[in-house]
Amino acid sequence: MNNQTLTINVNGKTYQVPPIPGETLSDLLRNRLKLTGTKIACEESECGACTVIMNGESVLSCSTPAIKANGKFILTIEGLAKFEKGELKLHPLQEAFIKNGAVQCGFCIPGQIMTAYALLQHQPSPTSAEIQHALKDTLCRCAGYPTIERSILEAADAVRTGKPVDNDPHVPTSSGGKVVGTAQARPDSVAKVTGAAIYTDDLEFEGMVYGAVRRAMVPHAFLKSINCDKARALPGVHAVMTAEDLPGEKNHGLVIYDWPILVGVGERVRYVGDALAIVAADSTDIAREAAALIEVEFDLQPVISDPVISRHPESTSLHANGNLLKHIKVRKGDVAEGFTQADVIMEEVFHTPSTDHLFMEPECSVAVPTKEGRMEVYVGSQIPYQDRLQVARALGWPEERVRIVGQLMGGGFGGKEDIAGQIHAALLAQKLGRPVKILWDRQESLLVHPKRHATQITVRLGAKNDGTLVSAQTELYGDTGAYASLGEKVLTRATTHSAGPYLIPNVHADCYAMYTNNPPAGAFRGFGVLQSAFAIESVMDMLAEKLGMDRIELRRKNALRVGSETSTGQVLRDSVGLVECIDKVKAEMVRVSGLEEKDLFKPRPVDGAKHLVRGWGFASAFKNTGLGGGADDCSGAHVELYADGKFEVRSAAAELGQGLVTVMQLVVCEELSQEPANVKVLVMDTDLTPNGGPTTASRQTYVTGNASRLAAIAFREHVTGAMAEKFDVSPDLIRFEGSGLQIGDQKLTFPQVYQELVAMGQKTMVEYEYHAPETKPLGVKGDMHVAFSFASQAAEIEVNTNTGEVKVVQVISANDVGKAINPVGLQGQVEGGVVMGVGHTLLEDFITENGVVITDHMSRYRIPSIMHTPKITSIVVEDPTSTGPYGAKGVGEIVLIPTPPAITNALYNITGLRLHNLPVDQEVVLQHIKTGQ
Amino acid sequence: MSIWKEYYQPRSIEEAVAVLSSSPAPSNIIAGGTDLMLDLNQGNHPPVNALIDITEIEELKTIDVVNSEIIIGACVTHNQIVKDQNVQNNADALIEACGLIGGPQVRNSATIGGNVAHALPAADGTIGLLSLNTEVEIASATGKRRIPITEFFVGPGRSILEGKAEFVTRFFVPLKKACQGSAFKRIMRAQGIALPILNNSVWIERDGDLIKEVRISIGPAGPTPFRAANTEALLRGEIFSDETIALAQQSILGEAKFRTSPRRATAEYRRQLVTELFRNTIIQAWQRTF
Ligand SMILES: Cc1cc2nc3c(=O)[nH]c(=O)nc-3n(C[C@H](O)[C@H](O)[C@H](O)COP(=O)(O)OP(=O)(O)OC[C@H]3O[C@@H](n4cnc5c(N)ncnc54)[C@H](O)[C@@H]3O)c2cc1C
Ligand code: FES
Ligand code: FES
Repeated sequence: MNNQTLTINVNGKTYQVPPIPGETLSDLLRNRLKLTGTKIACEESECGACTVIMNGESVLSCSTPAIKANGKFILTIEGLAKFEKGELKLHPLQEAFIKNGAVQCGFCIPGQIMTAYALLQHQPSPTSAEIQHALKDTLCRCAGYPTIERSILEAADAVRTGKPVDNDPHVPTSSGGKVVGTAQARPDSVAKVTGAAIYTDDLEFEGMVYGAVRRAMVPHAFLKSINCDKARALPGVHAVMTAEDLPGEKNHGLVIYDWPILVGVGERVRYVGDALAIVAADSTDIAREAAALIEVEFDLQPVISDPVISRHPESTSLHANGNLLKHIKVRKGDVAEGFTQADVIMEEVFHTPSTDHLFMEPECSVAVPTKEGRMEVYVGSQIPYQDRLQVARALGWPEERVRIVGQLMGGGFGGKEDIAGQIHAALLAQKLGRPVKILWDRQESLLVHPKRHATQITVRLGAKNDGTLVSAQTELYGDTGAYASLGEKVLTRATTHSAGPYLIPNVHADCYAMYTNNPPAGAFRGFGVLQSAFAIESVMDMLAEKLGMDRIELRRKNALRVGSETSTGQVLRDSVGLVECIDKVKAEMVRVSGLEEKDLFKPRPVDGAKHLVRGWGFASAFKNTGLGGGADDCSGAHVELYADGKFEVRSAAAELGQGLVTVMQLVVCEELSQEPANVKVLVMDTDLTPNGGPTTASRQTYVTGNASRLAAIAFREHVTGAMAEKFDVSPDLIRFEGSGLQIGDQKLTFPQVYQELVAMGQKTMVEYEYHAPETKPLGVKGDMHVAFSFASQAAEIEVNTNTGEVKVVQVISANDVGKAINPVGLQGQVEGGVVMGVGHTLLEDFITENGVVITDHMSRYRIPSIMHTPKITSIVVEDPTSTGPYGAKGVGEIVLIPTPPAITNALYNITGLRLHNLPVDQEVVLQHIKTGQ
Repeated sequence: MSIWKEYYQPRSIEEAVAVLSSSPAPSNIIAGGTDLMLDLNQGNHPPVNALIDITEIEELKTIDVVNSEIIIGACVTHNQIVKDQNVQNNADALIEACGLIGGPQVRNSATIGGNVAHALPAADGTIGLLSLNTEVEIASATGKRRIPITEFFVGPGRSILEGKAEFVTRFFVPLKKACQGSAFKRIMRAQGIALPILNNSVWIERDGDLIKEVRISIGPAGPTPFRAANTEALLRGEIFSDETIALAQQSILGEAKFRTSPRRATAEYRRQLVTELFRNTIIQAWQRTF
């Protein structure tokens, strides 16, 4: 009855192990059986990532005691594909997921596939509704839910009929390129569907120990004393470090070094997540127990939890230079004069909450000291070279002694730009001379990493009776929390975009980026523009109503066009596809709804359910591509030919699941006339790949896309030049072809080309450093950004007038991306963007109370599931920008920005409730319906 | 520190009672573990000495019909219930309640016994069972006894088992007869924890146009799963009509004690919701009596 051995059959193999008290099934699979395909994203039964099959039924391995599996048959993701005649034969689910592009960051995919597998065991021909019901609690933050659903339907057909999964990914492709613009599977997708893909927490090194961090857990205080004796005495503990032990730089930060690596005695604690001490021990459990044993005393201080209060002169200064991180100003024309010309003036105040990225993979870092006296840090990071700099400074070492080895990332969305555990792991590894892993659990992730900025935004907008916008004045308060992170940059974007994608002659915007005692705020997909778009697009609808004008017409009339001057004084020379987005969304709305134009925005009761009312809402947006603002936006790329005739393209740009690796691959294929299978991609290694800059600001398709393309062209020219000389033919007669190099009448295979190059003493690799066109800082007229993406969305929602519940039925999303280089990746971005937008509108609210985090578990911070996913119609608009690769510009952020106002505008159109804050609260909606208040 | 020291998997009820009685406190029954593992992992429940896993006891894992009752073992999972022909034919309310719990992975592990024993005032399975006039069988060192489910709960998260070496073994649900029907409905909130902000189950027996007998359960509407006894009495013998439902709605507002749960729902919101929710549920149950 009290078992002394645990016998378990996993994927057909029997294991016998002694049971360990407290061990869960996922611990057993991952740690003892080394089956790391099963993923852990929450450890609280909320996400489904850890799903495995036990005796034919799906279960959550993170909350199943391992001993429950005694005598049972377990199937994990590793057991799904079979080796037949030495070849890997994928399950139809795996094939369909790859082919359709359901695999993005890949972290949730083992759970999705195992849940789907269990469904198909019971229900070989599931309907969409059955699939949704089954996948209800299996979350994907990349949110390719529609594609996941389609993949399961196709796989079910294939399983039932025995026919292979068809190979049409059902994604509109883009014309003009041989490879660019075609649908291609991700280079890492097979590994991601078989569980072979290695993320940081899957790594193990000889002699590795495990770290944990003691957090302050109080929002504002001075640290009076710290005593680590008990922690040091705990068996299994190898090291405990406090601020006294720091060998180098005391702070870290992306722009400003204002964030203490460890808060020392006598120093200020500025938020609950501040680190006080770090521990390394034989296991994470021991390390956490030791961290909890550390005794600390605080001198508690009054908490500043509101950015507006933080700006009061009498508020305590949280940092040496006060609480104002930055006052950001946009000035164009003369707003006072502008308002005198206005017939109608609207003025409204909006609030947006802080939100969390909730990438499925919590932060993990492994630091490994090398024999040569260097430090390798294995981490999924959006800015590898920044990590290198910050880690090196903390260790007191030159940068070259640190190597960042970027790992597959289970999502980032901006939340993996700041330092998480990299420095702490490296410090412990430096001290101990052995590898140290620091894995955050979900709670630590929610407490510590920077969030989306909560804002207060006031919009004053003036128009003439004919709808011409004449003046816009905005005031923004952004809560950047305890530390700067990228706060200034994010809020600059919020400010410069605060008058919307419209031509307005007079604009005046002020933004106060304020420090508070809340968790820091930094980069998050949308980068400040999500917040300002909610405000301005709400006001645009209100203005249209006041003017008695059609809301689409009002936007169209004022839309930025080629030749328009933006709020920051940039004259747009090309690639302004906004009007096309507006027109196409409108046409699609008319088509799918069958309504007359004048009735588009009227509420419509659902047949047979009079308490359900449907209606549409509309919004537009724009978003810069690239860093801009005078920064040197650059990225390096290498293209190399190997002896086996294969090519490789390399850059230290980050792949977070968004599909950059495919973009790099396709671009090089295009220029060198190769098939994707012949071009490998390597990213994110500071020893092996050149600096690709930060993966932020929707910049990588443009910047690293350009770098890869130009490196490929340089490589082509290099080879052409060398061969022209060698074979004495004109360079015009030399052509790259799939199988080799055509040189006049002669043909060389690529292995031969390689040999020729080596024989001639010529390079087989070309480096290219791309610098985006120069931009101007804010406040100086001229190009602040190299390009902008544009979008319009229409959302149809359904309100339950009995309960106030709101459901998004469908979204039409048109995005001007310049050129769809990677249509499968674009599809994933569009679906994921809309779903994240739905989340931000209906669910997501990162709640703090007086600096204390309330939403510190996944069960309290909910993200959209497949049940929240509307039907999504994607319209790709390609208005190319002359400087982008093949005309491409950013995609990753624009796709989500118009969703919240499109939904809240629809809510107004149905109920008359105008929301000034997010997310929608069904209780408030019902209150309004019942009482009109 | 590990969250448990000993883990027992007894094969019989007697064995289970024996280890439960002899294990030093704190020691706990574990069934599916979907609630308990979370509580232990998150420190809401202190580490335990022993976990006594009762899911290897075969007789607790079956659903049988004996005489006029369906007997559901405490370790029957929600998915087992949802798929069971006998439950489908006899207890719509329970099918609907269990079908809405969690996702399939949770329903494959979570048991009906755990749902009841956890004693939350708005647990879906519990609210379903409550309207079905269920009896609970409890095993202890002195044998087994049967009590009405209404007598099982003591307070939020607290049952009569508290502090005793006892556990729930089976549930007895009367078979459905002609002119009887039941239904379960709930309302969720998009944000925050997965428990319903309001749920409601109704069992009803018809005599022509008259309500012969009715049972109404609502959660959360008090410290324990709530039966609207006054409203039931009011409805008994009345004609099933809009007017009667309207009276019942008022009566529920009078007797249910709704509370504000921070960030989930205010008492006022629950009051607004309950009338329509009840109306829909009772109509659904009534339609099933035909
Ligand atoms: C993601 C998720 C979603 C959920 N959604 C819902 C939902 O929508 N509605 C809902 O009602 N619940 C929900 N739950 C809660 C939970 O799953 C159920 O209440 C479940 O039925 C508990 O059963 P279990 O077998 O897992 O209990 P356990 O976790 O094993 O036990 C729970 C408690 O009951 C005790 N116990 C268990 N069995 C017995 C017994 N036979 N006799 C005496 N004591 C016993 C244990 O000691 C423990 O204190 C959800 C849980 C999760 C994780
Ligand atoms: S449900 Fe197990 S890791 Fe999230
Ligand atoms: S692919 Fe699902 S979370 Fe990234």
